[in-house]
Amino acid sequence: MNQYPTWKYVLIITVILTGVLYALPNLYGDDPALQISPLRGATVDEASMMRVTDILKGEGIPFKSIEQIERGMLVRFNNTNTQMKAKDLIAETMADNYVLALNLSPATPDWLTALNAAPMYLGLDLRGGVHFLMEVDMVAAARQAGERYVSDLRSILRGEKVRYLSIARTNSGHSIEIKFRNEADRDTARSIIRKEYPRLLLDPELRGDDAFLVVTISDDELRETKKMALQQNIITLRNRVNELGVAEPVVQQQGENRIVVQLPGIQDTARAKEILGATATLEFRMVVENANIEAALTGRPPVGTRLYKTRDAASYGSHLLLKKRIIVTGDQITDAASGIDQDNGAAAVFVSLDGNGARKMGDNTRENLGKRMAVVFIENKVVSKRVDGELVKTKRKIEEVINAATIQGVFSNRFQITGVGTPDEARDLALLLRAGALAAPIEIIEERTVGPSLGQDNIDQGVISVIVGFIIVMIFMAVWYRVFGLVAIIALTVNLVMIVAVLSMLQATLTLPGIAGIVLTVGMAVDANVLIFERIREEVRSGNSPQASINAGYDKALSTIADANITTLIAALVLYTFGSGPIKGFAITLSIGIVTSMFTAIMGTRAVINLIYGGRKVKKLSI
Amino acid sequence: MQIFNKEPSFDFMGKRKLALILSILLVIISIASLATRGLNFGIDFTGGTLIEVGYENSADLSEVRATLESAGYGDAITQHFGSSKDVLIRVPPYEGMTNADLSTGVLNALHAAAGAGEVEMRRVEFVGPQVGEELTEKGGLAMIYALFGILIYITLRFEKRFAVGSVVALVHDVIITLGIFSILRLEFDLTTLAAILAVIGYSLNDTIVVFDRIRENFRKMRKGSPVEVANRSINQMLSRTLVTSFTTLFVLLALFVLGGEIIHSFATALIIGIVVGTYSSVYVASATALALGVSKQDLMPVKKEGEDEPDILGDQP
Repeated sequence: MNQYPTWKYVLIITVILTGVLYALPNLYGDDPALQISPLRGATVDEASMMRVTDILKGEGIPFKSIEQIERGMLVRFNNTNTQMKAKDLIAETMADNYVLALNLSPATPDWLTALNAAPMYLGLDLRGGVHFLMEVDMVAAARQAGERYVSDLRSILRGEKVRYLSIARTNSGHSIEIKFRNEADRDTARSIIRKEYPRLLLDPELRGDDAFLVVTISDDELRETKKMALQQNIITLRNRVNELGVAEPVVQQQGENRIVVQLPGIQDTARAKEILGATATLEFRMVVENANIEAALTGRPPVGTRLYKTRDAASYGSHLLLKKRIIVTGDQITDAASGIDQDNGAAAVFVSLDGNGARKMGDNTRENLGKRMAVVFIENKVVSKRVDGELVKTKRKIEEVINAATIQGVFSNRFQITGVGTPDEARDLALLLRAGALAAPIEIIEERTVGPSLGQDNIDQGVISVIVGFIIVMIFMAVWYRVFGLVAIIALTVNLVMIVAVLSMLQATLTLPGIAGIVLTVGMAVDANVLIFERIREEVRSGNSPQASINAGYDKALSTIADANITTLIAALVLYTFGSGPIKGFAITLSIGIVTSMFTAIMGTRAVINLIYGGRKVKKLSI
Repeated sequence: MQIFNKEPSFDFMGKRKLALILSILLVIISIASLATRGLNFGIDFTGGTLIEVGYENSADLSEVRATLESAGYGDAITQHFGSSKDVLIRVPPYEGMTNADLSTGVLNALHAAAGAGEVEMRRVEFVGPQVGEELTEKGGLAMIYALFGILIYITLRFEKRFAVGSVVALVHDVIITLGIFSILRLEFDLTTLAAILAVIGYSLNDTIVVFDRIRENFRKMRKGSPVEVANRSINQMLSRTLVTSFTTLFVLLALFVLGGEIIHSFATALIIGIVVGTYSSVYVASATALALGVSKQDLMPVKKEGEDEPDILGDQP
């Protein structure tokens, strides 16, 4: 009696070993590291890695390793001191083309990485960092779409020489009213608009003597506009976050109109907010060819022109002289994508313009065939500086030429820009073009920032309470249930390892409430054992043999344990579904703890008890 | 070691009238306090900005207040947090001010007053009013869904009267825990809400264990009124109930003392909840099931088809 078949032992040992293996990476800690990601035009390859190696060796800064990672390279150091030194040193020579980010990189040995084992992912409340929840102003997005249509319709009616008295958005916002002198004009306008914009809903109306045309943006299109506004904002935010040089940033959609931005480890939150809050637009302007840049730099540029800095001095020279007249602005770009030019196989960016922009672009290209057109990127940044202890906010406008390309043919609403370099650069330009377009305004509606010192305090306090709680329960169980109590302690220890292992495997985020969940699980995991042991005592008291008591104890307690745990699991799942960030962390550890404790407290303890008492004559149980 | 060498035989159910009075009293006081004083909601629910800063040396609160006042944050509330070096500053939502700038402004003012390196940002939390409203709504919904899920599971596994009994016990626990939070003016934030939901899970765990034994004893004990069966079951499970409650309380005390200020209200809610939950699983849940007339026939294993269904109405005591 009370003997487990060999396969059960094999199963238990396999599960425990797997658990230990995947929990192992958490013991290795982190290496201070420097993450070097390439900016526009730069790449990370053998040569650039050699360069970094040479720089560090030249100054005698020791480093552990240098490796290529996705989009960049990672240099590991022995301590934060050399890490900081290395950063300053590399920044001196490479900051123009690379973004440097200080990082703590898990020091997991290769053989564990090969098994896909990684340490737990710590939440922002433990590692420090910024969490922003931003909301896109969808009312403004819809209004912008309406305004764009008003200007489009105005220009199309003018172009077709259809006379109208007024055109304006209605108060409800989703429709535009055009007033005509007579019905004939209105009907002409109606057929023109229908041809150009088949997706708009057109309703002719007569109010008194006035002929109206009510143009409504369909719900489908409105929904698409909102989706686009969100996507645009996400892209813009991603670009800016990359600029910040954060090691593992998260920019994610949440719900229909929200974006989560998480920047682990960042310390200067004021700067982060400034950069994230900057707005950007684009302008297309013609290049003044054969201009005397030198003269313009020292003196005054010729009338009707302006001097612009270029972002890529190697291709265009440090400055370009552009005509003042704007051809098209960024908010007239409806889409931009990178791809391959079908003629020569080079990387290209495909741009789509709205109706108004297309007409202007068409006129311009007809007149300026063979000349260069430049894309100017304009960014409005709010910079706050401390002057004599006082906060001074200045708006800085940064204007740069990001691209200048020769007009190869007449085009209007759809065109491609070639000569943009590598496919990566083409993608970046497409992103900028899309992001530069005026997206709907966003607002920070939630911020949670945890300073690095508090994060470390949270970890320390969390770990110490787990350990102390654990020790108290251990002592209590050993005193209360003696040998059986010791067995329960083993199970509890394995349970902790299993929770850590599952958290590591799932790469679920461990938060401070998550640690509280683990502490609570330690308290509750013994419940299953308490139920079993009390039942065994009862059986012994009612005069059953020790072996029969063990057997009956486990059997009869099983359904009780299952019921109790399943109901708690229901509560945990509800928490997970409805909770946000930190609450989710609590729900995750609680759920994992419930499941693993069922395994360790029932199967695990039984296996050990069977080893101790099973298959032999036992007079008395030590319980 | 054991608490009871033999099965204890306390007359729990005999005192159920007394317990009923006590419970009703506690619930009434709690509801009264919740209705008049309400809960001391944290910024998770009210919206606003919270800034925790750490000073090199003990910080003088009146100085911090003066600094903030001169910087234009006159209605900011300041208090020590955990130690005299840590200061917690709460700023109510300002009309028309972009809320994200608020924390930057406050921090800059403190930096300017204390000198560089003296004061360190430890934590900033800003919750917009729209988020606060949503969280309140979601939190309430979560509670209701959890209760419904549990109601359904227990109805399936046990019997509807047990389900009602356990839910009554849960509502009882939640109201009293909230009531104590309201009376003591403890801060109620998002983690406290999580703790309340954990209390639901825990208290339920306790209740289920007792119900399980009542069901088993109804089937096993030939004689005995429902009251006797319930009493016996509670007595049989008493040492387990106490041992588990104690181990859980031990770890929660560890969390309360060592876990840091942020986790304080979480630990408090759980400690209160577990004490109340242990009491309610003994008195409230079983007493409710008995009051609703649960009987032996209701809990017999399901008979095969064709056999007569037990006449539930006829068995009312």
